Amino acid sequence: MSLVIDDLTVTIGDRRVVDGVSLHVPDGARVGMIGESGSGKSLTTLAVLGLLPDGARATGSIRLDGRELLGASERELAGLRGRVVGTVFQDPGTTLDPVVTVGRQIAEPLRLHTRIGRRDARARAVAAAAEVGLPEPESVVDLYPHQLSGGQRQRVGIAMALINRPGLVLADEPTTALDVTTQAEVLALFQRLVDERRTSLLFVTHDLAVLSRITDHAAVLSHGRVVESGPVEQLLHRPEHEVTRGLVEATRATTWRAS
Amino acid sequence: MTRFVAGRLLLFVGGLAVASVLIFATLRLLPGDVAQAIAGTTGSPGQVAALRQQLGLDRPVVVQYLDWAGGLLRLDLGESLVTGTPVVDEVLDKLAVTLPLAGLSLVFGLLIGIPLGVTSALRRGRASGVVLGTGAQLLAAVPVVWAGMLLIGVFAVTLRLLPTQGFPADGWSDPGRALRSLVLPALTIGIVEGAVLLRFTRSAALGALDQDYVRTAAANGMTRSRALVRHGLPNVLLSVVSILGLQVAGLVVSAVIVEQLFTLPGLGRMLVTDVGRRDLTKVQGELMTLTTLVLAIGLVIDVVHRRLDPRLREDDR
Amino acid sequence: MRRGAFVRDLLGRPQGAFGVGWLAVVVACAVVSRFWTPLDPFDTDPYSAWLTPSPAHPFGTDSVGRDIFSYVFAATGTTVVVAVASGVVATVVGVGLAALGSLTARWVRESVAVLIDVLVAFPTLLIAMALAAAFGGSLTVVVVAVGIGYGVSIARVSRSEIRRVARTDYVLAARANGLGTGAVLRRHLLPNVAPVFVVQLSLSMATSVLAEAGLSFLGYGAPADTASWGRLLSDLQKFIGIHPGSVVWPGLAITLTVLALNLLGDAVRDASDPRLRSGRAGRGAAAGPTGRPTGPTGPVTPAAPSRPVAPEVVS
Repeated sequence: MSLVIDDLTVTIGDRRVVDGVSLHVPDGARVGMIGESGSGKSLTTLAVLGLLPDGARATGSIRLDGRELLGASERELAGLRGRVVGTVFQDPGTTLDPVVTVGRQIAEPLRLHTRIGRRDARARAVAAAAEVGLPEPESVVDLYPHQLSGGQRQRVGIAMALINRPGLVLADEPTTALDVTTQAEVLALFQRLVDERRTSLLFVTHDLAVLSRITDHAAVLSHGRVVESGPVEQLLHRPEHEVTRGLVEATRATTWRAS
Repeated sequence: MTRFVAGRLLLFVGGLAVASVLIFATLRLLPGDVAQAIAGTTGSPGQVAALRQQLGLDRPVVVQYLDWAGGLLRLDLGESLVTGTPVVDEVLDKLAVTLPLAGLSLVFGLLIGIPLGVTSALRRGRASGVVLGTGAQLLAAVPVVWAGMLLIGVFAVTLRLLPTQGFPADGWSDPGRALRSLVLPALTIGIVEGAVLLRFTRSAALGALDQDYVRTAAANGMTRSRALVRHGLPNVLLSVVSILGLQVAGLVVSAVIVEQLFTLPGLGRMLVTDVGRRDLTKVQGELMTLTTLVLAIGLVIDVVHRRLDPRLREDDR
Repeated sequence: MRRGAFVRDLLGRPQGAFGVGWLAVVVACAVVSRFWTPLDPFDTDPYSAWLTPSPAHPFGTDSVGRDIFSYVFAATGTTVVVAVASGVVATVVGVGLAALGSLTARWVRESVAVLIDVLVAFPTLLIAMALAAAFGGSLTVVVVAVGIGYGVSIARVSRSEIRRVARTDYVLAARANGLGTGAVLRRHLLPNVAPVFVVQLSLSMATSVLAEAGLSFLGYGAPADTASWGRLLSDLQKFIGIHPGSVVWPGLAITLTVLALNLLGDAVRDASDPRLRSGRAGRGAAAGPTGRPTGPTGPVTPAAPSRPVAPEVVS
């Protein structure tokens, strides 16, 4: 599944929060979007899903396997979300409904898009929970979100996003809210799953180290614009734009002082 | 769960105890002498003294209280100082009007408040949303008494659809007629309480609109409005349940006034009359009944709320 | 918070402007009516009963020929007195209980907490009826009942806010820096508790107006020789079959005053919340209770302690 974002501009009020962003995720590729908070990365992913906040207007073109998404009806978009495009959001503390069991939430995309019955759905949810490494999947699915740790909730989010085997996965800072150890585990899980299924991936983060592990190509955003893009290797070792250089410096500053 | 219920029951019983002491103490502060008031100017000192002894008013206050409290536990509310009839019988009789009135009012209030509250949140920026929001503000400021009068003016006088006041003398033997007499009074309370519920539901729904899990549901494949209804609404309803307990107190209070306005033979109206007649025993019994009602409903709602919210249940594992 | 900026912000909001404006009108009428009314509100003239509105009688006359406008005008005095007096009583009771519940020995604090939780559920009207049974109906009964009822509510809300602030990081930091209790109180507790307190106070005053109307209607509020909107409603009630329109004026007066007090409370709360003042107009100011989600796994419960939605509509 390929995604082409062409000259996307998102305005909220009179501010251009995304300004002429163009991005290409070829079929099976892993592309990243990196930038500081407020650079417009999250809004770009929301624009793809058609889930921009009230009052935001988007122009340009977003094509999924050639099919134009911008301007499509809510019903069309809802049909694609969760089935053809899976999304993993940032904050596991707020992305899950507190009054619904984890199992039912994992199975929700299944029940929305297929004719599966309740028992089969539960079985699939248990399988998905096992796949993402949740302990005791049979009983975990009956727990509520607040009974799980942050890392476990994020795994639930991943299971939910992948359960319908989407062709494209959007990940909006999926590890940012986790502690470092959990971050590494969840990232590894993510990598494995995306590898196995050969889905296309658009990965948003502000952390260059994470980006370098997960993606091959990336675009650097600042103030709503793409200031530099290319293979991640190149961005890391031969950054051209000052924003990119700043990101590289920041990464170096927080890693071990190598000899 | 049982620990919570036990603790909550304790609070309930404690509340009843405190209420009984407060009610008893307040009414005993009466300046002047009850026996004298009953005997009137014609009674001789001897007759007044005999009356006082007969009513048990010459005993120490604490003994009188314990006597009354003991009676409460046996569901014996004493006898009317004016007519001598058992208070409990009259109270039960009047409850047959007041309880349905309160129940119907609650239903109206919920039917008005919740759907309109959600709608006004969904239509937040648009004219209809603003109108609903301001309308609710206005209605919540309306005195129940005035709302009732206006409704009477419209429905009973101008349109002649419903009775202006009264309740069938034969009570509930003809449920249809009895219910018709309760519609306008219940609607009066329901509209004002509904306005308050509307404002609360609206702000809860506005909060729900922003919740991340509604966005997740949409990302799973629901349209945004469906996601809001399917995932936002249950959470909104849950928070409405949490304030329902407080609203019930308001319902009871409004019922007292509405019964007076619509001349309904309920507990509230009887209370008003008995206060005027200084029939202390009856007033004590009526106040105690109403307070117990409010506290009991509060208890039930608290327990239900705890049962419904998985996050609160957690501590019982 | 600079006072000038606060007042300007307050008046800039439509709720604040309306609230202050209407209440100013009511207070002005109350003051003026002590000295002068267009006609004597208690002057009866059976031949002038039920006159329709005219320049001589802007609101018409009632069943015994009293000028309704003058009566409503004079009744503002009763309303203002009751509202202010209840506010004072509620403040005294509230602050007293809150202090008892926060600054004393552990066992006192715990018992006060339980007492408050128990008392909060008691409807104000029932308190009033109990007092009326003992002492006979009067405005004092109304004031005391509302004062106690809301005093407890204020105490509960203030106490929970005090406890919340006392545990915040910034208070911790202040005390670590050597700030004494008095200064902590002044600089951190008071500014945080004040808006919450003011909202409750405005609610209590709004309820007192409704309570006075309701109790006077029942006959246990204002005595016959005192002009009161509630009493007028009671007098006009008997004739609602024939003259349904006459009740408009006293009812409207009550509604507008209660609305003004409610809106003023809203506006004060919004104006004193620095987060709302930073230009994020809309939702926070337009809704009634705050609809802000309370945290990561926060339920969609508006912060209940800081804005109970008029716990009971006593009317």
